[in-house]
Formats: sequence, C-alpha cells, structure tokens
Amino acid sequence: MKKAYGNRQYTVITIFVVVGLIFVARLFYLQLVDDSYIISANRNALRFVTQYPSRGLIYDRNKKLLVYNEAVYDLMVVPKQVKVFDTLEMCRLIGITKDDFIIKLKKARNFSPYAASIFEKQISKENYGYLQEKMFKYSGFYVQSRTLRKYPYPIAAHTLGYIGEVGPNITETDKYYKSGDYIGMSGLEKYYEQFLRGQKGSKIIMVDVFNREKGSFQNGSFDTVAVAGEALYSTIDVDIQAYGELLMQNKRGSIVAIEPETGEILTMVTSPSYDPNLLVGRVRGYNYNKLLKDPTKPLFDRALMALYPPGSIFKIVQSLIALEEGVITENTGFPCDKSLVGCHNHPNAYNVKSAIKMSCNPYFYQVFKRIIQHGLANNRFSDSELGLNLWADKVKSFGLGQRLNIDIPNVKKGFIPDSKFYDKRYGFHSWAFSTIYSISIGQGEVGIIPLQMANIATIFANRGYFYTPHFVKAIGKNQKINPEFLQKHVTKVKDKYFQLVADAMYEVVNEPGGTASMARIDSILVCGKTGTAQNPHGEDHSVFIAFAPMKNPKIAIAVFIENAGFGGVWAAPIASLMIEKYLTKKTKRIDLEKRMLEANLMNLR
Amino acid sequence: MREQKNILGNIDWVLVTIYLILVFMGWINIYAAVYDENHKSILDFTQSYGKQLIWISTSLFLALFIMAIDSKFFSQFAYGIYGFFLILLLGVLVTGKTTAGSKSWFEIGGFGLQPSEFAKFATNLALAKFLSATDIHIKEIKTKVYAALILFIPALLILLQNDTGSALVYVTFILVMYREGLSGNILIFGLVIAVLFVLALLINKFILSAILVVIGILFFLVIRRNKKAIITLVTFAVLTIGFVFTVDYVFDNVLGDHQKSRINVLLGKELDLKGAGYNVNQSKIAIGSGGFLGKGYLNGTQTKFNFVPEQSTDFIFCTVGEEWGFVGSFIVVGLLMTLLIRIIYIAERQRSSFSRIYGYGVASILFMHIFVNIGMALGLLPVIGIPLPFFSYGGSSLWSFTILLFIFIKQDSYRLNLL
Repeated sequence: MKKAYGNRQYTVITIFVVVGLIFVARLFYLQLVDDSYIISANRNALRFVTQYPSRGLIYDRNKKLLVYNEAVYDLMVVPKQVKVFDTLEMCRLIGITKDDFIIKLKKARNFSPYAASIFEKQISKENYGYLQEKMFKYSGFYVQSRTLRKYPYPIAAHTLGYIGEVGPNITETDKYYKSGDYIGMSGLEKYYEQFLRGQKGSKIIMVDVFNREKGSFQNGSFDTVAVAGEALYSTIDVDIQAYGELLMQNKRGSIVAIEPETGEILTMVTSPSYDPNLLVGRVRGYNYNKLLKDPTKPLFDRALMALYPPGSIFKIVQSLIALEEGVITENTGFPCDKSLVGCHNHPNAYNVKSAIKMSCNPYFYQVFKRIIQHGLANNRFSDSELGLNLWADKVKSFGLGQRLNIDIPNVKKGFIPDSKFYDKRYGFHSWAFSTIYSISIGQGEVGIIPLQMANIATIFANRGYFYTPHFVKAIGKNQKINPEFLQKHVTKVKDKYFQLVADAMYEVVNEPGGTASMARIDSILVCGKTGTAQNPHGEDHSVFIAFAPMKNPKIAIAVFIENAGFGGVWAAPIASLMIEKYLTKKTKRIDLEKRMLEANLMNLR
Repeated sequence: MREQKNILGNIDWVLVTIYLILVFMGWINIYAAVYDENHKSILDFTQSYGKQLIWISTSLFLALFIMAIDSKFFSQFAYGIYGFFLILLLGVLVTGKTTAGSKSWFEIGGFGLQPSEFAKFATNLALAKFLSATDIHIKEIKTKVYAALILFIPALLILLQNDTGSALVYVTFILVMYREGLSGNILIFGLVIAVLFVLALLINKFILSAILVVIGILFFLVIRRNKKAIITLVTFAVLTIGFVFTVDYVFDNVLGDHQKSRINVLLGKELDLKGAGYNVNQSKIAIGSGGFLGKGYLNGTQTKFNFVPEQSTDFIFCTVGEEWGFVGSFIVVGLLMTLLIRIIYIAERQRSSFSRIYGYGVASILFMHIFVNIGMALGLLPVIGIPLPFFSYGGSSLWSFTILLFIFIKQDSYRLNLL
C-alpha cells in the first residue's frame, strides 16, 4: 500500500541530480571560465623574488675605474618573529635611538606582521661587520645585501650622473621596472641605462599563509639568473678631468676638451660641481636638497645647459663663411673704425689673419655686413633676409644652433638666429644688417654652449670636420660602439680656408700683438682664439678656445669663465695648463698654475 | 530462506566499491592537504593522514562487524540505540570539551568522540522503526507530531552544543517523510521559504511585501473565485508577509554576528576578505586555480600552505578542486551522486518498510552533508561546518557514516530473506 508513493523516488532523485548539476556548473565557472582565481592563487602562494644584477662599471679612457658598486646591507625585520632581546645593543650597533627603534618596529608591524620589511636601510660595511657577529641574538631580523654606486674619484659628477628610485611615470610605461628599482636619472647613468642595468633575474619561492618560505617553485625551473650590466669604457681622462676641476675651483664656468680625430670628450668640467658620492645611499635625499638650494647652482651643468654669447671666438667662424661666400679674400683689409663698434687700441688689420690675431671688432662688422648685404636683391630688407639665411645655414654646419648628439640626455641646442626669428621679433622685412650687426662679433642673439665652443676648436684642429662629441667609446665585453660616433660631419666651408685661420690662431697665441700670449707653451704649438663675451647682466665672460699641437692636434679645448673679464687673462692660461698637462703629463709653469688655483672669481658679477 | 548461505553474494558490491573509492580518495586528499616536506610518509601517525588511516581501518572493522551481526538487531534495538545516543548528547553538554565554540566532544584517551555524528544514524533508525510500524499512517496528525519529536529532540540537543551545522542535517528527514506520504506541498513550501528567506535579506521588507501582495492579486484574477480559494490565498499572503517580517527580525535580533556576516558575505552585501569572507574567498581561489586538469597531486599551493582554513576537514573539497581540477571535481561529484541514486534505487527494492525508510534516511543524510559542504566550498552557501562524507578528516564522522551505510547494506543483503 505504501508502494503507492513509489513514484516519489523520482522527485527525490531529481533533487539530487539538480544539486549535482548546480555543482558541476559552478565548478565549470570557477575552474574554466573565470581566470581571476589563478592570479589570486599565485599572489597568495608564490613570492617572486627579484635577483638584482650588479650595475655595469664605468671606466675612464685609460681603464681606470670611475664608478663601481659597493655592497651595503639592509636590516630586515619580520615583526611576528621578533623575540625579546637587548635592544639597546642593537640600537648602538646601527646608530639609532631607542625611540627610533620603537617607531621603526611599529611601522614594520603596521605594514605586515608576517612579511619582511626594511628596518634600517643601507648599513655600511663597517657597521655590518659588528652587527653580523650579534645577529644570532636577534630573532626576526636578517640582513639583505644590495649595492650602491661608489666613485673612487670625486669628479665628473654631472657626466656620470646618478641613479635613483624609479617614479610611477616609468613603472607605468616600462614593465621592466618595478617600484623600488633603481634607474639612471641623469648623465651616462641615464643615457646608457639599458646597458648598465643588466637583466634582472627572478626566483619563485612558495610561501605559506604566514609568509614562511616553503622552497622553490617547481624546483626552480621557472627561475632566471640575473645578468650583470655591461661596462662602459668612457673617453674621460681622469687626470685632466680632476686637474680641470681643480683649476676651476672658486670659478663659475666650464672646460670641455675633445680629442679632435675621434670626437672623444677628454674632459668636461662644470663649476661649481659636487662630489658624486654625495648623491648615494642614505645621505642622498639630504644632500640633494642641500645642493638644490645652493645659490651657486652646483647641480646646473653649465657645459651642456648654459647658453652664452660666444664673443670674439665667433670671429674665426665669421671669417671662414665670408671667405667661402667670396665676400672677402684673405687679403681684404678694413680700418679699425671705432664709430661702427667699440674696439681696443691696435693697428689696422690689413688682412684676415691680422684681424683675427688682434680680434678687431670693426673689421668683422664690415665682414658680416658683406655677408648679409650680398646685393642679391634690390631691396635691402630682402637682401638681408637672403644673406642671413645663407649665413645661418653655413654656421649650423659647425654644429651650432642644433643639438649635438652627445651621449648625455640633457643638452641645449644653442641658438643661431635666422630670418624667421627676426621676422617674428621685428616684423616681416622690418629689419636689416643695421638691426642685427652685433652678431658679427658673437654677441646679440647668438647662443652657444661650451660643448659647441670646444667643437668649434675641434673643427679647426681637423681643418673642416668633426665627429659627434661623445663620452663612451666602447660598451661591454664586445666593445660595441655607437656607429653614429664614427660618422664624419663636414662643414659647408671648403677645407682650403681652414689652414689660413689655423695659422691666425697660431699667431693669436705665439706672436707679439696676439691676444692670448698667456696661453703660450714653449714645447707645444698652441693655436687659439680669445673671446670676451659682453654680459648685459654684469662683468664680461672670459672665453678661450684652442687646439694643440698645431700639426696632428691631440686636444681641442674650450674654457669659459663667467664674469672673469678678458679671455686672454683667465680662460687662456687655464686652457694652456690643461693642454700642457694632457700632452706632457707635467706642469712647468708652477707660478701660473698657482695663480689660477688661488684665483677666486666666484663673487664677481 | 532460499539463499541464506550466500550472504556475500547478496551484498550490493556497487555501494561497497563506491564507499571504498571515496574513502581512499579522501585519505590521499587529506595527505595532500596537510602534506609537508618534514612528514613525507603517508603512514606517519602523528599527522592527520596517518590518523585517518587508523580511522579507515577501524571503520572497515566496524563494517565487518555490522555485516556479521543479526540483521534484525538494528530494527529491534532501534529505540534503544536512539535512547543511548540521546543520553550521550545530554552527557556531552555536561562534561564535553569545547572546541571552536562548540561543546560537542568527549575526550577519550587523546581521541575525540563526537556523539552528534552518531546521533544521525540512531535517529534514522528510530524514525524508520516508527514509520514502518503497521498501524502508522503519516497523514494522521499524531504520527506527524511523534515523528517530529523523534527528529526534534536530538536536533535541539545538538543546537544546544552550538553545532548549527549538524542540527541542520535533521531538516533532511523531510525527504524521507515525503517519500512515505507526506504532502508534496511540504517541498514547495520549503522552496518558497528558502526563496523568501533570501529575498527578505536582500530586499527591503516593505517592498517585498508589496510585491507579494501584487502576486496575490494576480493569482486572484486568474483562479476560479470560490470561497475556499480566496481564503487559501489570503492565508498564504498573510503567512508569507509575516514570514518576511519574521526573517528580518530573526536576522537582526537572533542570529549571532558571525552568522549574520557569513550570510551577508554570501549574498554579496558585505565584502570582507580578511574576516568572514576569508574562508570562502580562499576556498574559491583554491578551487578556481585548479583549472581543467588541476595542478597535479601534491602540487596544490593554496590548501597545502594553509591559505584555506580547515583544509583537511570541512574544506577538503578544495584540495580536490585545486589538485585534480575540473575533471577530478566532476568525478567526485559524480561518484557522490551515483552513491545517492544507487541508495534510492536499492531502497525502493526493499520488501520491508523499515529497510526502505532507513535507506531513504541514509540517502537524505548523505545528501544534506554533500549539499551543504560542497555548496559552501564553492561559495554557494554560507559557511556551515559539516564534514563531507567519507572524505573529511575525522574519526567520529567516518565511523558514523560507515555505520550508517553498512547497516543499510546489511539490511539490503537480507532483503530476500523476508517474506
């Protein structure tokens, strides 16, 4: 009789089957449709430990080490594992107070009781030595090593640059970097970041819910080894870099020296500067702020970022362009007519050479007038426009008014005005030679950075061409070199005119009546040109460019000293000392050197 | 008396085989769940997988013992056994040990014993005995009241131990009563209650009441409008709305905070991955990260490294999901469902009402455990701590499920001996 309800078994079975199907559907969704659980699982149980490679070393041109890595030690803490111990002893060892200790531990605990966090950053090797002996007593603490950049010579800070923690703008765009990684922030460190950084490795470690390590994941088959960064073989010469920085002490300005036949930068001094070791490690933030607030602007790289009127050194370029355009011959003479533009007292220049030697301003006024007023158009405004643009085109072929593709990220282009610029300033056809004559002697709107000045010296040393100035001649074991640096750049002036100007530059230094007799060296034929760049804000700037020896030059140099007055008085002797030091490894003129070292031109305005 | 000599031949080997497979799978998954490098031996008796092996072997002895004793023993002593375990349930309230908020353990020589586990089969025996009596008619009020009492007393005692999950299992006997003639409305009623319960927590009670009234009016327009139908409808409306308000009240004033937040998390009203939602979230991560084929045996990271709590007991299904993937989980769910359906099939072939009713009880109890346990692991139900039959670590539960099942197998093997 109760069998009457036998059919109800199917209802019951249906309930079971429906539940079974719901489970299968749910499993299908969780395990096959929704991927997010796999990601969460990995985040839970796998800890990706980055293996940091050591950053590439940087050498000078004679394989002396400029930058290396030094191990420092971070004291790590896992708050949950900390047991009672002699805290005062530890505080003494790492140099913190007991209050610091309490605050740091609290901070770590707030971050996570189970995960490790940094307790004290960058403990020096010495302190680590003492600490290490006592570490066994401090349960919950361990030491993790990392490296810091170290500079055996306190020089070339701006060129070498510094490294710092990556910002969010980089971590968002470049997947290689994770928050907390270091990256080159300036100088060579930034430009050659890709080579220097190496390749990070990673190790996957399994952890349990308390973040305790449980061994490597799949026996390390997914782990990768870190590859050390490649070394940079730079073109800097430690000795003259250091000497240059010494000579520039208490002066504002810069020195740039280039090896003409290769474009290799031998030295680049900007002053005032700072010891690169200041921007490393724990003290970095403090020192950086201090340097930032320093009124002498030691963080400002004058050699690459400061635009100056070149002054009289520009005359050698002007004379070449005039010769090339055929508006003068080497024997063209002009009287020194001070009513046109001011000048010092000297005999009239009877040819190009004597004009350069004596640096006659009215002479180059006339020369530039001829360059601009070609008579190519019947209207003097149109004529000026055509003339100026022809001139600007040639001037730019000297590496001026454009970015020299140097291997440093931040570099100014300089400025060479053309018709467009003056049209904008004065209105279309509302200007002529009379408006712009001051650029004839390197004043006015012309702006040049010291690197470009040195590059001009290089062009004269080479008699008509240059290689892009650069700091690195080889990268890594394979001695790679940027092919761009092997590319010869020829000016738009014929080679034959260069020898004439080089001869004039020889006379500037070596003949009576030359403006740079203080640059003379007995054993070496130095060719140069002085400049005294007028400065509307204060005292004139002292400029000198030179190359030496006259035949097969080994060094081309530009020295720029702000507010120091005549080029022949300060810039020329310093350039001369640099040349002597580089070519002979000695200094014979001790008195001159002493005078230069002791001079304090810092407070001139 | 035809085949009395061939007892073994009458045993349903399908059930026994599924039982053995499930127990074995449970064991190796417990090993995987708590596996660590320092205790590699699966026979390490200091670890739960080693202990589980003890429970498994003793369970097999229990099974043999049940097969050996007289088949009439259990029907004859059903009330006695029931009474014995009621006393134990009372006893544990007085002298028991408190673990995780529940006072449900006797401690005997280092091993815990949980009377609530055994009370299930005892209650099942008593109910079968009561309902199979010849003068019983389930339609009678008296019968319903007695049956309800048989279920209610152990459920109440277990509730007093603060073991909500185990008490909830007793709801499952509705299925048994339904099979024995209880009105089918009880199932519809149950479903309506469940749906209303969830809706009442999700929707504002006044809006929900309004919706119910609208539904009532719609029914009124559709049905034949005789007096009886209208009375039924109005009663139904009043009852449901009353229920909605009751749920609201109960939820706010009766349930404990942890129960409330477990339910809120499930309903998506609360997202508390560190607190109440932690278990379920981790469980879903473990299962979800298994993918199609799983991470491979002993390669699970979520369960092994304790991200999932209770990974060898209540959340054992996570290990299956993580290491064996969709395929493994499907097989386990399939095996469990096959077991249930096989039990129903066998129950229906019984000549004795006692055996049939008992069989339905077995299937219902197992079903409830499977439903709640896997449903919880998959994040479909709130966290309610009851074991997955044959899988979860634990002596009491394995013993009790073994006894529960093998009494039925024993009854079945003697089905032909009865007239």
